[in-house]
Amino acid sequence: MKINRRKFSGLMAAPAMVGMPFVQRARAEDQVLNVYNWADYIGETTIEDFQTRSGIAVTYDTYSSAEEMQAKMLAGSTGYDVVVMAGISLPNFVKAGVYQKIDRTKLSGWKNLDPEVLRILSGFDPGNEHGIPYMWGSVGVTYNMDMLRERIPDANLDSLDLIFKPENAAKLADCGISILDSPTDIFPMMLRYLGKDGDTTNVEDYQAVVDAFKPVRQYIRTFDNTNYLNAIPNRELCVINNWSGDYSTAKSRAAEAGVDINLEYHVPETGAPAWVDALCMPADAAHAGAAYKFLDYMLEPEVIAKCTNFTNYANGNLASKPFVDKAVLDNPAVYPDDKVKARLWAPKPFSEDQDRAMTRAWQTIKSG
Amino acid sequence: MVGRWFDSKGWRDIVISVPFLWLLVFFLVPFVIVVAMSFARRAELSPPIAFLDHWTYLQTGNFARLLDDSLYLRAFLTSLWNAGLATLFCLLIGYPMALGITRVTRSWRNLLLMLVILPFWTSFLLRVYAWMGLLGANSWFNKALTGLVNTILPADRAMSSIPMMNSNFAVVLVMVYSYLPFMILPLYANLEKLDQTLNEAATDLGSRPWQVFKDITLPLSIPGIIAGGLLVFIPASGELVIPSLVGNASDPMIGRVISDEFSSARDWPMASAVAVALLLALVLPIMAYTHFEKRAQERVEGRA
Repeated sequence: MKINRRKFSGLMAAPAMVGMPFVQRARAEDQVLNVYNWADYIGETTIEDFQTRSGIAVTYDTYSSAEEMQAKMLAGSTGYDVVVMAGISLPNFVKAGVYQKIDRTKLSGWKNLDPEVLRILSGFDPGNEHGIPYMWGSVGVTYNMDMLRERIPDANLDSLDLIFKPENAAKLADCGISILDSPTDIFPMMLRYLGKDGDTTNVEDYQAVVDAFKPVRQYIRTFDNTNYLNAIPNRELCVINNWSGDYSTAKSRAAEAGVDINLEYHVPETGAPAWVDALCMPADAAHAGAAYKFLDYMLEPEVIAKCTNFTNYANGNLASKPFVDKAVLDNPAVYPDDKVKARLWAPKPFSEDQDRAMTRAWQTIKSG
Repeated sequence: MVGRWFDSKGWRDIVISVPFLWLLVFFLVPFVIVVAMSFARRAELSPPIAFLDHWTYLQTGNFARLLDDSLYLRAFLTSLWNAGLATLFCLLIGYPMALGITRVTRSWRNLLLMLVILPFWTSFLLRVYAWMGLLGANSWFNKALTGLVNTILPADRAMSSIPMMNSNFAVVLVMVYSYLPFMILPLYANLEKLDQTLNEAATDLGSRPWQVFKDITLPLSIPGIIAGGLLVFIPASGELVIPSLVGNASDPMIGRVISDEFSSARDWPMASAVAVALLLALVLPIMAYTHFEKRAQERVEGRA
């Protein structure tokens, strides 16, 4: 084909015409909703049920690392109307103007929320103005009991000595030690373990954590937040520092794969940070009406109970407890009992200087 | 007036300018933004960067930190070392393959080329995950290999598994696997064009086969080796996915450091500074090489 000028201009116009239908996407303002959440972090049919009931079409995107999500949110113009956000990082994001204030008068289900969880979240978001508690839990350690007992029969599962005493770590190195790649979780926990103030604002104290990692660094196989969900059922790891719900998820993945595996989750006796994830609305959310409908839906006890039953994470909705499966409700790894609760605390948010010092110290630890 | 300009010259200008515009808009402009960002400072804003609000606007602290902090230098060296190893092994494996493909019949040639390209039909990420499955301590692959190694080891030194996963070895292995086609294809394109009669002439003059290879084929294929080497070395030295999935944090690669600075440290300016340094470290030697290569070429032609 010989290209002449008319054909050329026709070619140029073609993409524009193909693009036309998409330009009209912003039709009927509030019949659309864009949600951004952790992968595997909602009920199996929650989104579907909401669409059927409200007639709102939901675009549901997921992320697999908090950093990935936060980088996207900080860049702005994400197009999302509702996102799930780690509570501990909320202060920096509110300060940067990423999230808008939530109007409680539009949420009839606010009264269902657990005052205790609201209090923890208010440590990161004073007055609970920018976030609604979604799921919450602890930082702890999952053990593959058979692999562990084989190597250290009388191990004290409640103590971090199991990882940070070199003689223990050396015995466990071949069956696999994995640590969360999340300095905001590790530093408060380690500071307490080392007998220091978990909320210290003195960045000099971080050196103690670096020193504690030094002798055992060679025995730690990986720093990771997600791959252990596959590695645990494959028996690639035996001591896994992780978040509470992951232990149950790994257990059910093993069951799905027909792997018989004996897992236990323990919160260190020296204390561990509690975390809360919050439902937030970006400041530039285009479908606020639909977003409020969705948030209010998520506050319904039956709805959020279904999410908990599927994800094995405790929710922040007190009224939902009667609808949560008994096996989940009675599992102290998911809903901590009083003994575990006494070990948990909500860390104070970090200042910019702390954040920077912590990240740097963490790089030193990892690259050790 | 305009019409005549269009007929004589306009088309050629338009056609030539399209790729240049593309590079300008999608490469040069973003790169200038990255360079500008590397002189900014981290701030609690969205996006999280700010320039100083007084003179001097540019702050060079990020580049100073690159030199102060041994982590960055170590990551650079690890990256160059790993990428160098991957390039070397790709060359050692890819060269015989490419040469082999040029020496078979046309129908075989098409089939073999097709096999080289075949892995691209599966997602890159999926192939890395497959390696994770193979290298893990409890995989059939690792178990079989361990069994094999244990037959030659004395019984008291027998291993329960070979620690391959989360090691620098795994990173190089998976990089060689992933980038091998990028070495084979340019080498094949180069070797295929070589004049076979030169080989015959050399044989007639008494060269042994390996001498023919050393004196004729190898020197003539240098451009192919360089093209393939660059195609492997450059992406390998900035590789992020492979070291994150199968690597060990104690051998940090620069791609991972950039990603950590960008996401977990939320320090976009520092991430930009590392990226700019990486680009300069890779591009300057290549520019110097092409410059001297051209001069050498001109000298040779001038003499002839």
